Amino acid sequence: MDSILKVNNVVKQYGDYTALNSVSLEVPKGSIYGLLGPNGAGKTSLIRIINQITMPDSGEVLLDGKRLNPEHIAHIGYMPEERGLYKTMKVGEQALYLAQLKGLSKQEAKKQLEYWFEKLEIKGWWNKKIQELSKGMAQKIQFVVTVLHQPKLLIFDEPFSGFDPVNANLIKDEILELRDKGATVIFSTHRMESVEEMCDHIALIHKSNKLIEGKLHEVKKQYRTNTFDVGIAPYNFQQLLADISTKFKTEQADFKTLDDELKLTVTLPQGGTPRELMQYLLQHGEVTYFMEKIPSVNDIFIQTVSQR
Amino acid sequence: MSLSLIIKREFNAKVRNKSFLVMTFLSPLLMVAMGTLVAYLASVNNDEVNKVAVYDKADLLKPDFKNSERTIYTDLSDLSLDLAKQKASEGYIGLIYVPEVDSLPQLVNKVEYITNETPNLEFVGEIEDVVDKKLTNYNLKVLGFDSEKIEKAQTQSNIHLSKFTGEETFKEGSWLKIILGGASGYLIMMFVIIYGNMVMRSVIEEKTNRIIEIIISSVKPFRLMMGKIIGTSLAGILQFLIWAVIGLTLFFVLSMFGVDVGATSARPEAAEATQQAMEGLPLYVSEFFKLPLLTMFVSFIIYFIGGFFLYSSFYAAIGAAVDSETDSQQFLLPILLPLMLGVYVGFFTVISDPNGTVATVFSMIPLTSPIVMLMRIPFGVPMWQIITSMVILFATFFGVVWFASKIYRVGILMYGKKPTYKEIFKWLKY
Repeated sequence: MDSILKVNNVVKQYGDYTALNSVSLEVPKGSIYGLLGPNGAGKTSLIRIINQITMPDSGEVLLDGKRLNPEHIAHIGYMPEERGLYKTMKVGEQALYLAQLKGLSKQEAKKQLEYWFEKLEIKGWWNKKIQELSKGMAQKIQFVVTVLHQPKLLIFDEPFSGFDPVNANLIKDEILELRDKGATVIFSTHRMESVEEMCDHIALIHKSNKLIEGKLHEVKKQYRTNTFDVGIAPYNFQQLLADISTKFKTEQADFKTLDDELKLTVTLPQGGTPRELMQYLLQHGEVTYFMEKIPSVNDIFIQTVSQR
Repeated sequence: MSLSLIIKREFNAKVRNKSFLVMTFLSPLLMVAMGTLVAYLASVNNDEVNKVAVYDKADLLKPDFKNSERTIYTDLSDLSLDLAKQKASEGYIGLIYVPEVDSLPQLVNKVEYITNETPNLEFVGEIEDVVDKKLTNYNLKVLGFDSEKIEKAQTQSNIHLSKFTGEETFKEGSWLKIILGGASGYLIMMFVIIYGNMVMRSVIEEKTNRIIEIIISSVKPFRLMMGKIIGTSLAGILQFLIWAVIGLTLFFVLSMFGVDVGATSARPEAAEATQQAMEGLPLYVSEFFKLPLLTMFVSFIIYFIGGFFLYSSFYAAIGAAVDSETDSQQFLLPILLPLMLGVYVGFFTVISDPNGTVATVFSMIPLTSPIVMLMRIPFGVPMWQIITSMVILFATFFGVVWFASKIYRVGILMYGKKPTYKEIFKWLKY
């Protein structure tokens, strides 16, 4: 697996406060990488180091195998959480300026800009000032500015905040398309459902330390609890209810089914297998529902963060 | 590459701003209008004739109060003192009361000027002159001198000024030097305050707009800061050039117009005054060309750039440290103080002693040197002093830029905190 970005033992201190405590990460090429963590965990500090806004106190960051240097600026697109544009500058002029700062020639910037304006159906905005646009419209411009110079690494800090559902979906599709075209995307977010939906890799940073990193499904596997949602129409209701709790840990469950059966969440004992549970259930009734409870990113997040 | 882009953007942002256009084209008009208004008001004031009553029963001084253009004296000695006072309080601005005395010298401390207004000191001086002249003449006569002969014997000398090279100089020339030096120093101060503030506002704008993080993910903060300072100063220089062109045009137009008015003026004194000024003019012109013009011009440019860059890096650092302009006040004072000091030291010490210790020291201290040295240069300053002062200025500039860019780098990413000096000092170590 080729990685585009490697963070090796990065330490960052602000005075006495340690923002990053020897953090290492590896972002695979072509992935959508979720960088998770509560507020103040150190995500923004790390992103700023990757963008060369600040320098690490020790450790190194490699992009495509090379230590970060000013040439890399042209290969990274960054949309910060705190977004903004020059309010009194015209949209087109502003986008050209920002693209040129990223090293694009004026002609190239113009070409790209026309492509994106066409694609997002915002062609008429070229000569408008940002202050004349709505917040959502300005966010679209912000997105265009981030991707205009065709960076191979895109970093989005809370990308969907401020977008209405329609535009959020539009941006999501654009991000997926960019990934398909070969870009790598780093997401920093609190919105677990978008992580669940889009990310294939995640890392969790908490209190300046990296706690979890890996492919999303492997992380989930690691956090599986051997818990199953079970629906059963028992032959003898009372008997089953009395018996099952002696063998397994159960809880009343709530999921949608067609019949009015008994719904339980069952946790296997140490070393127990799903097969044993299934066989037990089949002896006692008609099984209508059987599904492993997969830990959501949200569960993993809360569990990990509250443990420490 | 990116530096020139930033400079261009900053320049355009300033120049295209409506307030820049308004400032550039309206303020010269305002200046002219103000000048005209002040001149008009002064002339209105001079045209006013003051009526002053005199009460002098013994006829001691009455003949000596002679009507002039501005003052008309009326004798009220026929009335009783109370009546005279009452009358004077109604129709006159004041009453000069000369008491009856046995001998003239007793008057020395006894003449009164009664008025309800705050007495005009100049006019009181005139009255005193009249009394003094009368009493002196009287005293001279008593001592046996002929006052008329003494008056004839008085001379009015006129010292010719020249240099050791034999070159003749012109007394009024030092006024020219003061005006030129003062104007350049003052101009730099104004420029620093107006455009330094613009640099600060532009930094705050980027910070509150939150675009700053996008920009500094593309360029180094130091470059952004320098681009801002250079771009803003170019906009300022353009504004000054426009003013200079407008000013010169206005000057020529008005002077042609002004000469015309002077020649056809009904009042002979005015015409005479104009004529005198016209006679003096070639002297001013020749004096002007005798000044170290090249040195003045070159050092104006150098001090202008050095001084503006030095101060505006402070302004940029302040802009980065605060969240809004209102928070910037506490940090601005230490910047404004040396500027003010420069101007005051310039106007008070340079004029009285351009090469004295105080003026020399302040023209070396980098925070005041752009102003004070420019004021000194027309009077002639040894080249080594100018060069030393410039070297100190630019060395300080690089030191300050280093210091300011550290604050800037940290400050632009700090939100929502009202920084203290202590906090900012900590940023230097990040």
